[in-house]
Amino acid sequence: MITLLYFARLREVLASEGESLPWPQALDVAQLKRLLAARGGVWQQQFAENPRLRAAVNQALVADNAVIEDGDEVAFFPPVTGG
Amino acid sequence: MTVRVQAEDFDLGAEVRQLRLQSAGAGAVVSFVGQVRDLNLGENVASLTLEHYPGMTEKALQAIVTQAQARWPILNALVIHRIGTLQPLDQIVLVAVASAHRGDAFAACEFIMDYLKTEAPFWKKESSSKGEQWLEALGTDHQARERW
Repeated sequence: MITLLYFARLREVLASEGESLPWPQALDVAQLKRLLAARGGVWQQQFAENPRLRAAVNQALVADNAVIEDGDEVAFFPPVTGG
Repeated sequence: MTVRVQAEDFDLGAEVRQLRLQSAGAGAVVSFVGQVRDLNLGENVASLTLEHYPGMTEKALQAIVTQAQARWPILNALVIHRIGTLQPLDQIVLVAVASAHRGDAFAACEFIMDYLKTEAPFWKKESSSKGEQWLEALGTDHQARERW
């Protein structure tokens, strides 16, 4: 299993704070995004049509080619706006 | 080096005094305070709610301070960032840096703020006369970071 977390505007649009997903094989972030986009609707919009979406694996920012292993924590969120 | 993410307000005088007294070799302490503006993009701001990613946010702030340490001879640094709902004129963020000389302290303080704005996972949602909306990241913040 992997843990998925969604933050800020993304959390509101998806109406989900996160979920657990079975993870039988190592895939990269781009492949995970395609899996989520295949749910259609807002998932398609957010994961296939949103180039500004950021990803973190185990709490470190990563690019789309980062590999996700079983047990990882993966977060998706919009560009940050703190300070 | 201290990093704190908290809902409570902070006392600039007390925080800077503590940092100063822990840094006997420092000839300079530079601090920056960010506060909530009452006007943003022409709208009256009623409140601002800050969300963060518990765990990653603290790590990201720590990593930014570590990068600053690698570039300037910093004796001590403090970052406090607030979360939750804030009103105009509330303090949001404090960055304070102690160094032997002011040039390094000024530069490191500005570097930490510029990196914080583009790398640390915080998100602002603004409540104004127009309703609620998530703020967009600014290109000028990315330009500010690219200078370094």
